[in-house]
Amino acid sequence: MPIKTYRDALNEALHQEFERDERVFILGEDVSGGQAGSAGVVDAAGGIFGVTKGLVNKFGVDRVIDTPISESAIIGAANGAALAGMRPIAELMFADFIGVSMDQIFNQLAKFRYMFGGKTTCPVVVRLPTGAGMNMAAQHSQTMYQMMTSVPGLKVVMPANAYDAKGLLISAIRDDDPVLFFEHKGLYNDKCEVPDEPYTVPIGEADMPREGDDVTVVAFSRSVKFAIKAIDKLQEEGISCDLVDPRSSSPLDEETILESVEATSRLVVVDESPPRCGLTADIAAMVASKGFSSLKAPIEQVSAPHTPVPFARELERAYVPGPAHIEAAIRKTLA
Amino acid sequence: MDKDKLLRAYSQLKTIREFEERLNVEIATGEIAGFTHLYAGQEAVAVGVCESLDDKDYIVSTHRGHGHCMAKGGDVIDMMKEIYGSTEGLCKGKGGSMHIADFDRGILGANGIVGGGPPLAVGAAIAIKQRGDKNVAVSFSGDGSSNQGTVFEAMNLAVVLEVPSIFVFENNGYGEHTGADYAVGGDLLKRTQGFGMPVFTADGADFFSVYDATQKAIAHANAGQGPSAIYAECPRYFGHYVGDPQKYRSKDELSDIRENQDCLKILRAKVIEDASLTEAELATADEQVMKLIDDAVTAARAAPRPVAADVLEDVYINY
Repeated sequence: MPIKTYRDALNEALHQEFERDERVFILGEDVSGGQAGSAGVVDAAGGIFGVTKGLVNKFGVDRVIDTPISESAIIGAANGAALAGMRPIAELMFADFIGVSMDQIFNQLAKFRYMFGGKTTCPVVVRLPTGAGMNMAAQHSQTMYQMMTSVPGLKVVMPANAYDAKGLLISAIRDDDPVLFFEHKGLYNDKCEVPDEPYTVPIGEADMPREGDDVTVVAFSRSVKFAIKAIDKLQEEGISCDLVDPRSSSPLDEETILESVEATSRLVVVDESPPRCGLTADIAAMVASKGFSSLKAPIEQVSAPHTPVPFARELERAYVPGPAHIEAAIRKTLA
Repeated sequence: MDKDKLLRAYSQLKTIREFEERLNVEIATGEIAGFTHLYAGQEAVAVGVCESLDDKDYIVSTHRGHGHCMAKGGDVIDMMKEIYGSTEGLCKGKGGSMHIADFDRGILGANGIVGGGPPLAVGAAIAIKQRGDKNVAVSFSGDGSSNQGTVFEAMNLAVVLEVPSIFVFENNGYGEHTGADYAVGGDLLKRTQGFGMPVFTADGADFFSVYDATQKAIAHANAGQGPSAIYAECPRYFGHYVGDPQKYRSKDELSDIRENQDCLKILRAKVIEDASLTEAELATADEQVMKLIDDAVTAARAAPRPVAADVLEDVYINY
């Protein structure tokens, strides 16, 4: 099977869905490659991360729309187009820019289906480069998905590898509900086997990239990659772990998590978000409520500290929970 | 304008007026829950715009949206049922007064967030342009909404993308309780022109004036020239919401606008003067409207109520 990067897997999903359904279009800042520059042509680089590369050459400027830097208008226009029967994809250059467009996300997009009594759906995908790891500091490095998870009506998806990136993006585009699609910036160059043909990965079904008996580790987004490192290292010592990647925080595959905890009796939850009201606290609370009798040790939460994301390499490295933090938490729950 | 169309426009104005006057009475009975913003006084704007539209054109309305929705063809009885919170309402009792929508009529929803609507209308206009249709997407905004950044973003994006949006600004003199003279810096009309689109000015108490302005805006869009705006000053007969004591307004102002800025009186005077409609025809229309409003209230009171299990419908849930 061909090996592709997370970035190319997403790009392939976009090309294939644009081809399949003419109602699909994308709008965002620089998504075509940048209009009206002195070079006089758009080189179709496809945004600062290159995920939309080549789309404008194939599908034209009516379907690959460069917008002004107006995040509320980007999300709002996607919402309105969806109400009018289209399947828009809105791209925010960074997930942090949710802050500028919050009303259109949580008061508009999330509400329409319910507030209008189910008489419409609002099939918008918002693509959101997320997370720390590129030394972009406090306003360009946040995860943000933990805040969006608390909003009813939104689906919140965060692929942890290239295979899931393609399959989940295709599912998101075909979904009738709004999907906030968080692409971790630190994963764009990661590679794995990705089929050429279109395929879907269902939203709301967890993946289990490692299986073991001693501890359940639940991790999201790039933390899955770090958890794999920690788990593979501990495996050499004979400690084996289940690793559950829920792939979406809403809907959440509670069943897979609870079944795993029932078998292992120990839980470590890992995420790059800050600790309060975040995903680790949410999963810990869910297991404490629904799986308490299975537990033989306190639940360990591995999160970022409750600080903004710092800039300097040393500081950011200290901020992001990595393999060493996860390894320590697994050992602690076994102690 | 032919006689049937004229009579229809008059009936629409009258329906909205009586719907709102009746709600003002019925809300006092306590039967209707929540927060209601009445459109009375501004009817000529909604009807003047929507009489030029069909079901394939889109509108996005505001928190003061009853008039826009009726003018665009929203069913009066189903709207009343929604305001009463019945499962037979247009949104099954999930939306209420501020969130009435009817997608079959191109009504993409009243919107409780001031400034929330214009970006949505730009999106609908993108859809129209992509499909190659000759339709328009209209957003209604008040003077209050005109100060929201989202409205500026929407106007700029519409101009950049050359989409068939029409931004209707209804200046009713007040944003919530605060006068537009205080809250709107500079000149609303010139601001809109600053985005590089034409602005057609209309008298917001005169149906014909708004209708003519809308015809120009639609011709502009149909010629592929992109967005435009309509600016209309109009009166707001009631407070910001039903129950607003309106201490910020003088009694003189309220009686003056009822006397001198009544779109029904203005239209009646014109059509009688030029003999396009008779007193008898107008009286018959009035009777039909009064019966429709009575029927709507009766039907809404008798309509089925939601049950607790309905809370969990119309949204994905897996928790």
